[in-house]
Amino acid sequence: MESNFKFRISNLNVYWGKVQALRSISIDIPANRILGIIGPSGSGKTLFLRSLNRMNDLAPEISVEGRILLDDEDIYHPHVDPVKLRKRVGMVFALPVPLPASIYDNVIFSPSLFNIRNRKKLDHLVETSLTSAFLWDEVKDRLKTSAMRLSGGQQQRLCLARVLAMEPEVILLDEPCSGLDPISTAAIERALSNLKQNFTIILVTNNTKQAARVADNTAFFLMSEMVEYGPTDQIFTMPRDGRTNDYVTGRFG
Amino acid sequence: MTVHPRYTQIVAVSVLTLLTVSTLAVLVFIIVFVFGKGLPYVSFDFLFTNPKDMGKFGGILPTLIGTVTLPLIAIGIATPLGVGTAVYLTEYTRESRMTRIIRFGADCLAGIPSIIFGLFGFIFFVTTLRMGWSIISGSLTLVFMILPTIIRTSEEAIKSVPYLYREVSFSLGATQWQTVRRVVLPNALPGIVTGIMLSIGRSIGETAAIIFTAGSSLRMPHSIFDSVRTMSVHFYILAREGISNQNAYATAAVLIISILTINLISYWMMNMFIAKKTR
Repeated sequence: MESNFKFRISNLNVYWGKVQALRSISIDIPANRILGIIGPSGSGKTLFLRSLNRMNDLAPEISVEGRILLDDEDIYHPHVDPVKLRKRVGMVFALPVPLPASIYDNVIFSPSLFNIRNRKKLDHLVETSLTSAFLWDEVKDRLKTSAMRLSGGQQQRLCLARVLAMEPEVILLDEPCSGLDPISTAAIERALSNLKQNFTIILVTNNTKQAARVADNTAFFLMSEMVEYGPTDQIFTMPRDGRTNDYVTGRFG
Repeated sequence: MTVHPRYTQIVAVSVLTLLTVSTLAVLVFIIVFVFGKGLPYVSFDFLFTNPKDMGKFGGILPTLIGTVTLPLIAIGIATPLGVGTAVYLTEYTRESRMTRIIRFGADCLAGIPSIIFGLFGFIFFVTTLRMGWSIISGSLTLVFMILPTIIRTSEEAIKSVPYLYREVSFSLGATQWQTVRRVVLPNALPGIVTGIMLSIGRSIGETAAIIFTAGSSLRMPHSIFDSVRTMSVHFYILAREGISNQNAYATAAVLIISILTINLISYWMMNMFIAKKTR
């Protein structure tokens, strides 16, 4: 049972300056599943996500308390190198942010940091990553063109491929489809459903229906607290908390 | 009473056009004037022979050498120093009293008249360090003069790189230095190059600080410890002492052509670089 959890989080408190932005969150996140996190803006979803790969370290005004275990290892332990942690826990941001370089160079950004120079290996990595992100067929003939020339939806899939090429264990997605058309959104959702065989996926989304479509488990965040967490079916059909019910049925949010 | 937006629009466009045209006109007038008086005397011989009789006759070869070497050495030293400082200030420190003091210092340094730098260079490099009037004394003095420009323009260029690029880089497992080297600096490069160009221009045009530190010898320098005369200084002396108006203007014409060439080449290189990334 224990080894099936990728993340085990207990009593997580996050402060933004003096304001408490997350209140005693405890959640065990199963491996090789998609966890959907839903909730209105400002409920702390993004902050929660960024605690998991220590991106919050970059903002000095944010402080994190509590325990986050990744494979039974405390990721906030002083001996843990956040750079190595981020290689294990990849992240796709809300806005597609391709770096101003070619499609190919974007995908190999992370591998090249770790001195993988073997051309064959890189070529292979680029092809498999782009294929998994459902982008390969659209760009295979123009890998050397600038990533800035792709459409928004393609750029976001490129960002997913770029994370896949890092070969992480966990993929965090922070509202990855917020600015995308339905077709690109569907492509990303399909990609995620395939990817959970090999990765643990945590998907923050403003789109409640998206969580219902792809997530195995769903957590509902509201005003710095996690109101409810359970299998997606249960959250959407018979939530235990009235506030969850109101949110998923669209009464507010 | 209100004026119809269509008329204010027309007035705005014409005023702005007029301002732009007059700015350009001043530039064109200066260039045409100097070229008209100087270009007829510029020839292969003028560029590549030694001057005779204090520059009344002959060419400007040693001053050409001086004009190339002084700024080149100065830029070679000031660029790593300045860009390094800018990276440190923007990427490795948080805004604090210390960074504000450094920035304030750089701004003050930028406002000091060049003759003060000349005096400082003369006392410090030429006499105290016994470097004499030499290329090295002149270059080091120029370094102090252009350092603030390079620091501040690089800083602005680095700050203009979107913060999201850094976040992406960190999230993909990059260290601070990898982020600086692979994401920040390449994207800040056009701005950094602009700062370097401004500095080259300032170095080439400098006279006061250079007469004090590199001297004004018309002999061909054999090492960086020899005194040298730059084209700007040569022009100043030729005109000031009334040695030769013809050669003065010819030198000025060469000076302007050199600066135009340097600017054109650097713009071309920059465009190539940007085109490569966004093709």
